[in-house]
Amino acid sequence: MRGGELRAALVDAVLGGLVAAAMALPMLGVRLEDSASGLSLSNRLDWVAWSAAIVAGGRLLIGFVRHSLAGKIPGTPAPPRQVMVYVGWAMVAFALVLPFLPFAGRNVVDKATLVLIYVMLGWGLNIVVGLAGLLDLGFVAFYAVGAYSYALLSQTFGLSFWVCLPLAGVLAALFGMILGFPVLRLRGDYIAIVTMGLGEIIRVVLQNWQDVTGGPNGISGIERPSFFGLSFKMVPPEGQKGFAEFFGLDYSADHRVIFLYFLILVLALLTNLFTLRIRRLPVGRAWEALREDEIACRSLGINPTTVKLSAFATGAMFAGFAGSFFATRQGFISPESFTFIESAVILAIVVLGGMGSQIGIVLAALLLVGLPEWFRELQQFRMLAFGAAMVLIMLWKPSGLMSTREPTIRLGEAK
Amino acid sequence: MEYFLQQLINGLTLGAIYGLVALGYTMVYGVLGMINFAHGTIYMVGAFISLITFLACTTVLGTSVPLALVVTLFAAMGLTALWGWTAERVAYRPLRAAPRLAPLISAIGVSIILQNFVAQAQGARAKPLPPVFRGGVTLMEGGDFSVSLSWMQIVIMALTLGLMAVFTWVITRTALGRAQRACEQDMKMASLLGIDVDRVISTTFVIGAGLAGVAGMMVTLYYGVIDFYIGFLAGIKAFTAAVLGGIGSLPGAMLGGLLIGLIEAFWSAYFSIEYKDVATFTILVAVLVFRPTGLLGKPDVEKI
Repeated sequence: MRGGELRAALVDAVLGGLVAAAMALPMLGVRLEDSASGLSLSNRLDWVAWSAAIVAGGRLLIGFVRHSLAGKIPGTPAPPRQVMVYVGWAMVAFALVLPFLPFAGRNVVDKATLVLIYVMLGWGLNIVVGLAGLLDLGFVAFYAVGAYSYALLSQTFGLSFWVCLPLAGVLAALFGMILGFPVLRLRGDYIAIVTMGLGEIIRVVLQNWQDVTGGPNGISGIERPSFFGLSFKMVPPEGQKGFAEFFGLDYSADHRVIFLYFLILVLALLTNLFTLRIRRLPVGRAWEALREDEIACRSLGINPTTVKLSAFATGAMFAGFAGSFFATRQGFISPESFTFIESAVILAIVVLGGMGSQIGIVLAALLLVGLPEWFRELQQFRMLAFGAAMVLIMLWKPSGLMSTREPTIRLGEAK
Repeated sequence: MEYFLQQLINGLTLGAIYGLVALGYTMVYGVLGMINFAHGTIYMVGAFISLITFLACTTVLGTSVPLALVVTLFAAMGLTALWGWTAERVAYRPLRAAPRLAPLISAIGVSIILQNFVAQAQGARAKPLPPVFRGGVTLMEGGDFSVSLSWMQIVIMALTLGLMAVFTWVITRTALGRAQRACEQDMKMASLLGIDVDRVISTTFVIGAGLAGVAGMMVTLYYGVIDFYIGFLAGIKAFTAAVLGGIGSLPGAMLGGLLIGLIEAFWSAYFSIEYKDVATFTILVAVLVFRPTGLLGKPDVEKI
């Protein structure tokens, strides 16, 4: 490092430290304390000094690293498509045996189930955002519709999970169409704000429509799923055999956990299969074409509104499935589970994974949902780390972890 | 009638605050085409900075209230602007050439970080501040209801008007405003013609964040209670305001803010307060269906 560069790095570090000190002065340096007579202040000026020092040191380090790495990192070439197919199958195989591996206790399976819910939601949203290119910030609304339809249908009419699941999907898709209709004449970012608004509307309605949704208290005592009629309860209902008894196993609470895991795995894989297949059908191609160039599509006689609507409804349907699974797994739902931050997390999974990449979404869900689960003890810093991960991954790989977005079809050979 | 007038005043006050936050959204969107999700959170940071500065001035340093207000105004504007500048520098600038959604996700990340940072640093409980200006002027004496305008409302509206005037002057008359508009048209061309695009964008963020800081100060003094979560809803409202007025248009942002403030005030007064957000968004959707680019938005040019 030459003198001039060294000086530049030092100046940068000092300036960074000063900026950090100014920023930290009110927020970290002074703490608001609740006291009897309102608020009082206590000072923590040492924290300001620490944050300034840390930022200055960090800037200096970045300066050195940048200097020594300049021009030395070649871009990593994207793995060829064939490799990704093998990786995909390996992941499916691993997911299938996961509950029976020696280290996988109940806890691990439970967390894997949670990750799979987000994988499924990510794959569902991917149809809307990744394939059709519609920025949907209210995806969680359809997840909520699915969850509430299952809860209400099963509580009011006593329908079983297997009847409710398709119904929840259909209802969510219907909602997708109704809500989508006014939206889809709009373009680009207007869709984003309107979908976000619709998501909030659904949440507010759930929160305030006391008679039906139970308001902020939510709905509890939702029917647990059965294995095609075989209950997982310790004491099965009168005159029926439980799951364990039917298969001649000792009763274990793990059965249900493992069953739920496989259930969401199958649902998620169905979503994936659906996406992979539909991309080869005319409607899937129309989605991708619309994402790339709306005007060209219109000139070719594709009706953008119906194409967008179909993407919207399909994505919503999968969210509905996932929602009804969520309801049966939790046994309790309330509007709190369906806030905007959930939509943001799902969108982040899609974008961080690399839009349109199915494997990327799995990786992103593992990173964003799975990893923080292991640090439950650090509860208070979990969300901080979550936000930081979002920013850092974007800075590191701006087009997503798996950024090989290939068109599904190609005419002739690629150059 | 008196009740109506009172709601009009309350709605305009609220609308002025939303409008100031919406200006930041609209400017960033105009120049970068980016939805800056962290903007609402920056406003929340501004509210906390104001609360702390105001308390520090009045209780620790023992200055008089008017002086404390002036100090708070500058502290809120300056320090919030610094936070906005840093966010742009660290989380958005490296993504200038990235795909369109990358900065959006990065901004959501920044928003989550800031929210939890404030919750950790200052505690998650709501922070109350005793009313600063009591009293006001009574405009009209009705039978059993009188219309009044509190000093705080006067300060808020005067400050908003003042800032709007300064701001319009900056955008239409100064070199900076010209550069900003040039970047809005065509960033590459602007940079070829010798405009320092990085600096223009930084300034845009600084101004936007500073205005959000002022709005944060107003809301602290107006409502007297804040928590780390207020940024989210205000952000949505301000964004809605910007879109309603036609995103990218400065008068549109102010108009959208005022409209949303009025809708909220009147809906809460005459219908159910729980559904006021539903009303806001429904009206937004209705407006967009008939005017897809917002009230004052320019019609979209379709590039072929």
